[in-house]
Amino acid sequence: MATVETGPGRHPEWYAHATGDKFGKIADAPIGFGHMKRKEDARFIRGLGDYMDDVRLPGMLHGAILRSPYAHARINSIDTSAALAHPKVAAVIIAKDLETLGLAWMPTISYDTQAVLAGDKVRFHLQEVAFVIATDAYAAQDALQLIDVDYDVLPAIVNCRKALDPDAPLIRDDKVGQTDNLASPLWEAGDKANCDRVFAEADVVAKRTILDPRSHPCPMETCGMVADMNPATGQLNIYNGNQAPHAHRTVYAQVAGLPEQNIRILCNDIGGGFGNKVPVYPGYVCAIAGSIVAGAPVKWIEDRSENLASTGFARDYLMYSEMCSKGGKITGLRVDTIADHGAFDSTAQATKFPAGFFHIVTGSYDLQGAHCQVKAVYTNKAPGGVAYRCSFRITEAVYLVERMVDALAMEMNVDPVELRMRSFIRSDQFPYETQTGWVYDSGDYHKAMKLAMEIADYEGLRKEQQEKLARGEMMGIGIAFFTEGVGAGPRRHMDILGLAMNDGAELRVHPSGKAVVSLSAQTQGQGHETTFAQIVAEELGISPNEIMVRHGDTDKTPYGLGTYGSRSTPVSGGAVAVVSRKVRDKARQFAALMLETRAEDLAWEKGRWYVKGDPERGSTIESIAEYAYSASNLPEGLEGGLDANAVYDPPNLTYPFGAYIAVVDVDPGTGKVHMRRFIAVDDCGVRINPMVVEGQIHGGLVEGIGQALMEIISFDEQGNCLNASFMDYLLPTALECPEHGFELGETVTPCPHHPIGAKGVGESPCVGSPPAIANAVVDAMYHAKGVKHMDMPCFPARVWAAMNGREQPPQ
Amino acid sequence: MLVSISINGQVYSHDVEPRLLLVHFIREYAELHGTHWGCDTSNCGICIVLMDDPQSDQPPYPVKSCTMLAAMAQGYEITTVEGMAKPDGTLDPIQMGFHEMHALQCGFCTPGMMSTGRWLIERHPNPTQMTDHEIRDGISGNLCRCTGYDNIIKAIRWAAAYIEEHPESARTAR
Repeated sequence: MATVETGPGRHPEWYAHATGDKFGKIADAPIGFGHMKRKEDARFIRGLGDYMDDVRLPGMLHGAILRSPYAHARINSIDTSAALAHPKVAAVIIAKDLETLGLAWMPTISYDTQAVLAGDKVRFHLQEVAFVIATDAYAAQDALQLIDVDYDVLPAIVNCRKALDPDAPLIRDDKVGQTDNLASPLWEAGDKANCDRVFAEADVVAKRTILDPRSHPCPMETCGMVADMNPATGQLNIYNGNQAPHAHRTVYAQVAGLPEQNIRILCNDIGGGFGNKVPVYPGYVCAIAGSIVAGAPVKWIEDRSENLASTGFARDYLMYSEMCSKGGKITGLRVDTIADHGAFDSTAQATKFPAGFFHIVTGSYDLQGAHCQVKAVYTNKAPGGVAYRCSFRITEAVYLVERMVDALAMEMNVDPVELRMRSFIRSDQFPYETQTGWVYDSGDYHKAMKLAMEIADYEGLRKEQQEKLARGEMMGIGIAFFTEGVGAGPRRHMDILGLAMNDGAELRVHPSGKAVVSLSAQTQGQGHETTFAQIVAEELGISPNEIMVRHGDTDKTPYGLGTYGSRSTPVSGGAVAVVSRKVRDKARQFAALMLETRAEDLAWEKGRWYVKGDPERGSTIESIAEYAYSASNLPEGLEGGLDANAVYDPPNLTYPFGAYIAVVDVDPGTGKVHMRRFIAVDDCGVRINPMVVEGQIHGGLVEGIGQALMEIISFDEQGNCLNASFMDYLLPTALECPEHGFELGETVTPCPHHPIGAKGVGESPCVGSPPAIANAVVDAMYHAKGVKHMDMPCFPARVWAAMNGREQPPQ
Repeated sequence: MLVSISINGQVYSHDVEPRLLLVHFIREYAELHGTHWGCDTSNCGICIVLMDDPQSDQPPYPVKSCTMLAAMAQGYEITTVEGMAKPDGTLDPIQMGFHEMHALQCGFCTPGMMSTGRWLIERHPNPTQMTDHEIRDGISGNLCRCTGYDNIIKAIRWAAAYIEEHPESARTAR
């Protein structure tokens, strides 16, 4: 089965040369797993990607949103007459217009409601108030200035600790029966009495109050939509880069009361998601309503300020925590958390778990007792609570437990690696049930930790740290060991808005032996067109270059819940492996006919069925495919054609893990943190395409560096968002990363229940790196100045304040 | 006002509002969608294109097309990602390098990043000897959320090495 890789350059001389080792040759497409350059690159490097803002439809109009200048204010009146008089304006929509369409409020993915456009009052700074539709985008912006809104300003709450004060203003007075700012009832996991007993028997207890601050996923492409309602047919086409197109279609059917079969969502190329493109946003509903009202396609693309200030923030967990030890090992953990959900609770999570997977907070340790509780509050801040490159609040959990282990090690005066090594779940304890009810599938934590120490030369680093300390220099070494639960999830436990968290796959092998596999997962840059072709290739022996991966069109792909929570490989990858095996089984029936033998007498090797004991006699998948479509004498019960469908219901989550070590230098004069080295050992089970896996790890590490050192959405006392542009919300550039690159290592502990043993990796690096870096900064400050804690982000002014005993700006 | 800009060797003349940004001229009037935008505040570099001043002997340099009026580009030669490959379709070495080294994921920042990368190579007297810091500093006006930058640095090195081996593959010097 010779394959010729179609290189990106057509020039033969280049092609000959570019595949020489000197220029970093990557092996030709493997028939299955292994290094393979990406198929999707060809269009992107030529500038031929097809992103949302590239959609142009005949007669298309442009929408823009007027936003509230106040965090909390009653709306007395809205005068749109001057805007409507603008010659280029087609329509202006406000809340009372939406009421007539039944679209004024929409359900969130957490069973709350959210105002599409504010009617009674505004509840956060830059909330959506009016939607203008004009013939061009510049005119739409002009018309926003012509709308006159009369507000009565109300006191705002931006501090979650104050939200439950008895005299706090009521934010959600729209909700019948709501008398306080509690967004959901107290939620608990773990046996409290047992946990109390473990603490009573402890030798050492460490206490910390830890804030995982509000941050934002910030994909480079912002959110937006082109809605195209055809008034003649009632067909609604939605061009919208989102991470879960099928679930969105169902939500739009519910929200707008439209027949689901008439809604088609088209996600073409997506410029990054990272959790930001999971929810349904008011702008989307406005674009749909706009298209219904205007009778023409309406495009709405948010600008960067709108993206940062109104859609999909992450974190904002305030955690009061205690961890204890007995006999030198970690034995117990308790956490009391206030979750700040902003003005509307649109947290992304499975129904059964209102705090997401936060209760995986016991981490990688064999504890005797644990208890965690979370209460959620409303504040006058933007709604959300999406997972910024993490699986449903696991980042918060891992950050908490890994900071607490370091805090406990400090109190016990033992090395933080030593305490982890003593307390890890051992490899012979898997499957391991945690104190909060998770069943970890497989792992070898000691091995991964040792490998990371070896790559880092941990003892050498500690020696260097002492030498530097003696010279008055500040150096920190930070450890984090994470266990993530990804690939949600088993339908008996997990759904979103009642939709089971499963994924479908459909595979068609054409008569020529080439194939098309359709997914419900949705790539945002992860390389699905390559890696999912590799899964089919591994299972069927067809070259990945001859397999087209289709996704992003709800009319042409099977139902499923999309790509987030690192679920593509664990769930959709499972579906693709299963559907490939169905096709393989069907191929066996045909091969038996072709070889005139019984199916059970055939054996499979990659790419062909052959007769057991006579391996020369066999049929390749190509010849079987041709036969499946052309044979004229099929026996009864065997249908022609070679295709299949599957829906994969994962029996459990998968549990990737990793050992991370960060090395930082802190300037004692300015507090500037220099990220010198980062060592990341990841175990994500079987790796389909190591190049893609490493690319995911690199990207996640940089997002982790951003959260640890730079990224925060903060508010002033009046509730004004202070970080609504890239001038104020800082993302890491190449200069903030380790100068000579990341140092990666891998161990492979296959997932025992996944069809191909893979666990998923997209979010691991972003989950593991923030605590490693924060621990490194605190380590530097502790050794030099005795400072025991600071909250992220560790940017110079805050680090300087922390090490000089001042209040940390701004929070 | 009438604005004429040469983009990828073709002159586009349109009657536009004076306030029209170059990025919107490229995307909406020239209908070249390979140039994206990301932030509105000159921070992210997603919208970078190469601008060539015919009066100067400097190589074409990267500009953030969201921070220039279209009118300001009158008389200049603009190269966007669509104009990087040779007319016969042969890719520019920087494009090859990005593919070889897995220097892109979602592809959204890629056109701007490749433009900056190519400028770094062209302006450097000895591009294969660029230090890690020089490359990192050079691309620090371009944000990428997917790749973590390591592979972008490798891709720029790959292209520099390729050009050294194949001097004819470099852009035609003016």
